[in-house]
Amino acid sequence: MFRYIVRRLLQMVLTFFGATFVVFALTFANQDDPLQALAGERPITESQRLALTERYHLNESFLTQYWYYMKGLLTGDLGTSLTGQKISAMLANAWPVTVKLALLAIVIAATIAVTAGVYSAIKRGGLFDNVTLIATLVVLAMPIVVLAPLAQLIFGIKLGWFPPTATRDASLWDLLLPALVLGSLVIATELRVTRTSVVENLRADYVRTARAKGLTRRRVIWVHVLRNSLIPVVTLIGVDLGGLMSGAIVTEKIFNIPGVGFNIARAITTEDGPLVVGFVSVLVIIFLVVNLLVDLLYAALDPRIRYE
Amino acid sequence: MDVVPGVDPRAPLLEVTDLHVEFRTQYGVAKAVNGANFWLSPGETLAILGESGCGKSVTAQAIMGILESPPGYITKGSIMYRGVDLLGIPEEQRRKVRANRIAMIFQDALSALNPVYTVGFQLAELFRMHRGMSRAEAKRRSIELLDQVKIPGAKDRINDYPHQFSGGMRQRVMIAMALALDPEVLIADEPTTALDVTVQAQIMGLLADLQKQRNMGLILITHDMGVVADVADRISVMYAGKVVEEAPVYDIYARPAHPYTRALLESIPRLDMKGQQLNVIRGLPPALTDVPRGCAFNPRCRYAKDACRQDPAPPAYSVAPHRTARCHFFREVLGE
Amino acid sequence: MSDPNAITAVEAPSLQPAGPRGRRGKSSDKPRSLAGDAWIDLRRNKIFWVSVVLVAVILLMAAWPTLFTSADPRACTLANQHGGATGTAYFGYDFQGCDVFAKTVYGARNSIIVGIMSTLLAGVIGLFFGLAAGYFGGWVDAVLSRGVDIMLGIPFLLGAIVLSNRLVTEKSDGVLAVTLTLGLLTWTSAARVMRSAVIASKNQDYVAAGRMLGATPYRLMARHILPNSIASFIVVLTILLGTNIASEATLSFLGVGLKNDAISWGISISEASPYARVATEPLVWPSIFLAATVLAFIMLGDAIRDAFDPKLR
Ligand SMILES: Nc1ncnc2c1ncn2[C@@H]1O[C@H](COP(=O)(O)OP(=O)(O)OP(=O)(O)O)[C@@H](O)[C@H]1O
Ligand code: SF4
Ligand SMILES: [Mg+2]
Repeated sequence: MFRYIVRRLLQMVLTFFGATFVVFALTFANQDDPLQALAGERPITESQRLALTERYHLNESFLTQYWYYMKGLLTGDLGTSLTGQKISAMLANAWPVTVKLALLAIVIAATIAVTAGVYSAIKRGGLFDNVTLIATLVVLAMPIVVLAPLAQLIFGIKLGWFPPTATRDASLWDLLLPALVLGSLVIATELRVTRTSVVENLRADYVRTARAKGLTRRRVIWVHVLRNSLIPVVTLIGVDLGGLMSGAIVTEKIFNIPGVGFNIARAITTEDGPLVVGFVSVLVIIFLVVNLLVDLLYAALDPRIRYE
Repeated sequence: MDVVPGVDPRAPLLEVTDLHVEFRTQYGVAKAVNGANFWLSPGETLAILGESGCGKSVTAQAIMGILESPPGYITKGSIMYRGVDLLGIPEEQRRKVRANRIAMIFQDALSALNPVYTVGFQLAELFRMHRGMSRAEAKRRSIELLDQVKIPGAKDRINDYPHQFSGGMRQRVMIAMALALDPEVLIADEPTTALDVTVQAQIMGLLADLQKQRNMGLILITHDMGVVADVADRISVMYAGKVVEEAPVYDIYARPAHPYTRALLESIPRLDMKGQQLNVIRGLPPALTDVPRGCAFNPRCRYAKDACRQDPAPPAYSVAPHRTARCHFFREVLGE
Repeated sequence: MSDPNAITAVEAPSLQPAGPRGRRGKSSDKPRSLAGDAWIDLRRNKIFWVSVVLVAVILLMAAWPTLFTSADPRACTLANQHGGATGTAYFGYDFQGCDVFAKTVYGARNSIIVGIMSTLLAGVIGLFFGLAAGYFGGWVDAVLSRGVDIMLGIPFLLGAIVLSNRLVTEKSDGVLAVTLTLGLLTWTSAARVMRSAVIASKNQDYVAAGRMLGATPYRLMARHILPNSIASFIVVLTILLGTNIASEATLSFLGVGLKNDAISWGISISEASPYARVATEPLVWPSIFLAATVLAFIMLGDAIRDAFDPKLR
């Protein structure tokens, strides 16, 4: 376990610097006028130019710039957006509703995916299985830019079942529709992985043993098979988070939820480069940290790794 | 405690009659067991012998009631346990028979144990689910069990996972698990095949001891005739899903009544035959989707005559008291 | 995968002994190639045919939009704003008074161009990375794998936003920028498939034998390893084509994809969604076309994969 953690930590450090460096380099490297690139087509005033030059240490070497950028990121100083607001303050304002939305989406998606996945696997080849197979295919193929506006149109506007937009202090109910949309991004893969994994495990020798022990079918499946089957599903959570972050940008834009994604989407439209880079960098870091945690969770779930 | 109503303690322990099992797969119907017959008494060891794929494990799974279905179906026959036909009782009662009355040990203990739970959990589970014991009580009993199967330091090892045990120790855990609820019948499906030769002997010794202590009926499935001679009382030889010969162990070794048994015996490497070519049975067992007419063994049998290639297949001829053979010409085989 | 027609000699699958140790089956004397079995499976799969038809229609639409509509998608008059269906404008008019049907039909072209080009790019990069990592192993593999780790450390859309933003130039329509962005960010799955396929076939006897006989790595890869792994590679790329089309729409929707007058389903959706209360058709139709296109490619990939890997169905 110890060696596993150390190895994962080392890998994570490498990935961390690699990924942040890529984001940084993509934004700043080889630009004739990085400031103009940041600001897009907007004219920038001389005072903004000065502030940005100082902020990004543009008159120093590239690596030094990266160093300052990282230092800022790690100390929570994300600089100022082109609108003059502190990016960290905007982030502080935006994250609670996004986290609420994402958690709701994860819980909904995981619950449905695991239950339906297990059921599908048990009744493999049956009606339910075939219907879910096609349903997951359709959901899998549904781009979020299709799903979000259509869900809002149908369930929010036409049918009026859910509020079509949500505010910063939205209740869970207000967030339910966007959370369903967001959750649908990951539900299909989770369901399919659960199903495959349960099907594989149902054939495992230990299942035969469990049955030979006179355990009830329910216990065999929900205690013996499920625990083994969930190991690969759990590793998905990390990857899924990336999908959720991406999806949140579109979903929050459509449903007008003033969260992190909404801010990124707006910053793109208003060509507020510093804001985009600041938010994106923070998300990348969160993504990496969560993935590390997931790996540790994986080790906790699978004793064969834990005692490696 | 009665897990099945109607159990008669004076009735025979286990009697399998005319058992038929088939697998309905997308490629056709595979008749894995085509009329298996045998019986078992308390304290007795019955060895089931046969080449790979002849239906030994499927028979065992049918007795346990753990056939995967679909694709596996029992199409005919009866499995009488103490006067109750296990094939005729509700699944809930059937479930309680497992582990309580009839228990099973599998070949590869590493894959047969659940990798993500400690052996303690997997043992204690039996006591908690079947006997309603508290966690602490179940744990105490589990440690006792591991002691009985001679696992050193049972108290500490109870929290280990299966992959942390050696092959032999793992098989001991399996045995402990099978014996936890004091079953009357133990089915061991090639319990030592996956082990080193020295460990094999230890495990067989342990099984024999435990069987004697508890007066259990033991069904020992194997394709190794060498193992059988030491431990078995009687032998059932299976071929293509049928028991082709059933006899006390001494008789079979002295004078086999079925050509297949004979061929099996001749294929055992013996010290006095060193250097000579080993007598392996020529040909392959039939595909179960396509069993030959008449005697299933006829394409490989050196005694085969025209009668063997015609239906009906040879019945179980009574060779001697407690001794049957499915061969039209058993007298000829015996006489040689 | 060989010519599907060459293997129709094997009709229905013959009776095989069931179970893990299948023995003397009736079929063992006839060679049954993997591709042959797969094609038989595929031919019977309804999903496969549905997706083939869909893909064909979409490709047709992308190549010759005038077959479907004679209207000019760029001839918009504000007077028609949110007008209902008239004449050949079957889906009515959008906010700017453009013909929604024409615009939707013409939208296929950019989706397909970006989708195919970016997938090819990703395929080529993935092919080389995967082959190199799998064949040479050792430190080459280690370095390349860390590179993939880093790529995967950035959530896809976030990376795409930053990269596309960086690549797109002032006046361009963004097609090249989006193609490059998607190609550069999505090759990892192709590389992974290629790598494991190479590692699997590397250990097979004929490859080892070839190596011992002095065949060069390139020859071995071209003659033995590639043909064996091509099926899974094609599956990954087909599915990637679908998801890349979806990603193009998403980037365009957010304003970092196609722009400046380019016609894209993503832009149409983005423009129509604020007016969804007033006019639903400008939102609904591009959505349906986009979803159908993505679905078609993903279904196609899925069907091929199922045909080649029927174990878990
Ligand atoms: N789940 C299954 N589906 C289809 N066929 C099966 C299944 N399980 C077993 N069979 C078939 O039933 C036949 C008998 O198998 P069984 O496992 O009983 O053989 P065995 O005598 O135990 O052989 P071994 O000595 O190798 O363990 C085999 O031909 C096998 O292919
Ligand atoms: S019945 Fe005939 S073929 Fe069968 S074992 Fe006896 S002699 Fe051989
Ligand atoms: Mg067996």
